[in-house]
Amino acid sequence: MNVKLLGRITGLTVLLTGMFMLVPMLIAVLDGEDANALSYAGTIALMAAFSALLLFFSRSRDRTFYAQEGFAATGISWIVMSLFGALPFYFSGEIPRYIDALFEIVSGFTTTGASILSNVEALSRCNLYWRSFSHWLGGMGMLVFLLAVVPEARKTAGSGIHLMRAESPGPSVGKLTPHLRQTAMILYGLYILLTALCIVFLLLGGMPVFDSFCIAFGTAGTGGFAIRNSSMGEYSLYLQSVVTVFMLLFGVNFSLYYLLLLRQFKSILKSEELRLYIGIAGGSILLITLNISGMYKSVYEAFHHAAFQVSSIMTTTGFATVDFEQWPAFSKSILFALMFVGACAGSTGGGLKVSRVLLLLKSIRRTIRKALHPRRVQIVRMDGRVVDEETSNNVNAYLAVYCVILLLSFIVISLDGYSIGTNISAVTACFNNIGPGFELVGATGNYGHYSDLSKLVLAADMLLGRLEIFPLLVLLSPDTWSRKR
Amino acid sequence: MKIIIAGDGKVGLALTRLLSQEGHDLVTIDSNREIIERDMQQFDVISIAGNCASMETLKEANVQQADVLIAATSADEINLLCCLTARRLNPSLHTIARVRSPEYIEQLYMMREEFGLSLMINPEREAAKEIFRLLQLPGFLKRETFAKGRVEIVELRITEHSLLENVILNHLLHVLGCKVLVCAVVRDGKAFIPTGDTMLYRGDHIYVTAPVAVLSDLMKRLGVTRRKIRHAMLIGGGRVSYYLAQSLIAAGVRVKIIEQNADRCLELAHMLPEASIIEGDGSSQSVLESEGIAETDALVTLTGLDEQNVITSMFGSMQGVPHIITKVNRMEFTGMLESLPVGSVVSPKELCSANVVQYVRAMQHQTGAAVTLHRIADGRAEALEFVINKHSRYIGEPLRNLHLKRNVLISCITHQGSTTIPDGNSCFQMGDTVIVVTNREAPILQFNDIFA
Repeated sequence: MNVKLLGRITGLTVLLTGMFMLVPMLIAVLDGEDANALSYAGTIALMAAFSALLLFFSRSRDRTFYAQEGFAATGISWIVMSLFGALPFYFSGEIPRYIDALFEIVSGFTTTGASILSNVEALSRCNLYWRSFSHWLGGMGMLVFLLAVVPEARKTAGSGIHLMRAESPGPSVGKLTPHLRQTAMILYGLYILLTALCIVFLLLGGMPVFDSFCIAFGTAGTGGFAIRNSSMGEYSLYLQSVVTVFMLLFGVNFSLYYLLLLRQFKSILKSEELRLYIGIAGGSILLITLNISGMYKSVYEAFHHAAFQVSSIMTTTGFATVDFEQWPAFSKSILFALMFVGACAGSTGGGLKVSRVLLLLKSIRRTIRKALHPRRVQIVRMDGRVVDEETSNNVNAYLAVYCVILLLSFIVISLDGYSIGTNISAVTACFNNIGPGFELVGATGNYGHYSDLSKLVLAADMLLGRLEIFPLLVLLSPDTWSRKR
Repeated sequence: MKIIIAGDGKVGLALTRLLSQEGHDLVTIDSNREIIERDMQQFDVISIAGNCASMETLKEANVQQADVLIAATSADEINLLCCLTARRLNPSLHTIARVRSPEYIEQLYMMREEFGLSLMINPEREAAKEIFRLLQLPGFLKRETFAKGRVEIVELRITEHSLLENVILNHLLHVLGCKVLVCAVVRDGKAFIPTGDTMLYRGDHIYVTAPVAVLSDLMKRLGVTRRKIRHAMLIGGGRVSYYLAQSLIAAGVRVKIIEQNADRCLELAHMLPEASIIEGDGSSQSVLESEGIAETDALVTLTGLDEQNVITSMFGSMQGVPHIITKVNRMEFTGMLESLPVGSVVSPKELCSANVVQYVRAMQHQTGAAVTLHRIADGRAEALEFVINKHSRYIGEPLRNLHLKRNVLISCITHQGSTTIPDGNSCFQMGDTVIVVTNREAPILQFNDIFA
């Protein structure tokens, strides 16, 4: 383990995060809230000092690293980033307990959108901005941003792939162009472009400037922190529709947008993941519309809310226009199932990812066929290409670990004594980075009532879900820290 | 530049490393998934699994937008088909194919146009040529020629009681009595460009630039024996052996090849009627002794196993063979070999990868690119030959007035056929050939890059 390199990457991440805090500080200054500006300034100073020390002590020419370092660096960076990111909430006194502030910012960075606040509107604008912006940062990933802005030495340039693989969601992470830095730049370029488009459409619908930035950040990162207590409920139908469409767009694999720019329309249409994604979303919208049509004045209104909620849950955003807690059980069950499916690999969404679900379905089919014809030679294909055995094994292993962690967290938070429905949906919503669950943690509820232990477990679940488990598990393995390889 | 490397074996790997360090957009194609994974982890490249000769795979590698394709799979036929297909998909593509079968060489020179080949590389033949040149002028560990063969950079090892031991380079002319220039020194595995105050120590490997005419003088002064080689023993009967034996026989050297495989022995006997082919294990002491290893003038170990080559060479050195050349495929361990008595070390893949890099650089900078590029000191430094044209800066300016980048040395200037080792008063004119030695990490792509 190249510990100095870990230090360097963590130091750089903290430094960059601190730089992004300058914006909320500026907002606080403009709003004339000196105390809040000071709390941001203090945090930034702390982060600068921390990263300066870390970078100083981890000076080293050895920049090569392997999968192990990539995983560990990603895990540590995210943890340290969250520990610092929570400080402004705590210093400003608007979230008086540090554990709560930590829960809130982890929920932000992991694009979960689960909150402990019962009254969001009480927060000052700088804190609201920072909460929403953390979604945007966490959506595409801080380390991918690092790869885009920090030039690497040519000799070790290949190693960065380990960081990208550890941070980017999906069963197999590839590059768009031969140079990793270029790939990272393209990804962020597309991300910024789409976010800007979303802001423009929201502004056109008459949303206030501050709101449209925050809502666009929440949409782009598929996070779900809103700045009103009613989430998206008070906005006009047009604004809700814009958010519906953009949530779905941010749930699509970003490499497809790159192909769009390259005008390779055929390969986009060939993408089985995209087809399944659209199919699942379309099917669910249809079923829920039929199921809830009696509750609303017109079928169109039912469709509108069904579409919003499906795209919000499936892309793991977690905005709400209505209290879906009131919907019939069938609709809620569909939403619950969608929580697990999640968005496409390589998007900003969480969950299992559509491509993993697709591979799982294919391997189920293969197993059944194998039972019928034991000698039959079968190859799993996706997008016309052969999926190698290792990838499908990894998907199976991922599902297994996923279930174990889900169950363990469920049992631990049950200590608090809430109903099974609340607990299972809380764990599911946090682990899959969605935000709202059902019952006490539903669209109108929050996580404030859980004990500190449960909050920590849920925060850990959010990180595990965002980083797809292994980068954090690696940190726990004694192998990682032994001096010998 | 966008470069596709098809087939990522030994040569492909060396090329991937060199070209990705120069910052090109690389796509590698290989049918082996493990190799693909290794490439993705080690280098900043995109890797594609598939058959590089199929149109589908080539399209996936975006051959339509590529500038250069290098086909270096283990099969000549696939390489040729790959180049042919790629050229058809992209007529402006430059293609480089590795072709190693002796049977194809002649017809391919004839059919280069049809196959659309821009360059053919043959690592074994390059290696055989290199070994042959070393055997012609034994005593130097390595020889690189520049300026149409007028200048050479030779590698020497400073041994005990050498004339050069503990000599400061400023006194070199005084000690040797002939004007040569030490352009690179390898000490403890590190290469550096020396200055006038550098002192040479025992165990150093030095790279000396000298006009060819001065070389024999240099050898005499250094007391290196110059006995002509009359008899050479080649261990291993692969392609390198075949090419080398051909050249040696033509130069009147008696050749003995020891090869284990009976069928291959028959083939060799058929192709090389003048050589004596011995069927036997070249690593066995009794075979070597009975075939007269003690009496031979030169021992060249060319089997496919690096370890066996090294051991056999060490045995030869123990038996007192005056000239030994060892072929090593994996260059990772050459640092260790410097201290072992294995004579000169030759690596086929390094030789031909330098050719390809030179070709790519020349494509990139049509004017002012290096005419010749040799990687010296096991790839830790480069010697580049430039021709001065009207775009070159500081023409006619004495060298002492120029500010060169660090670790760059102008080691030789050839003016109208006469070669000089430059000093502060020398200058270069239009049309001159200048040899520059550097161990900078960032490559020197054109002549004007050497100035600070």
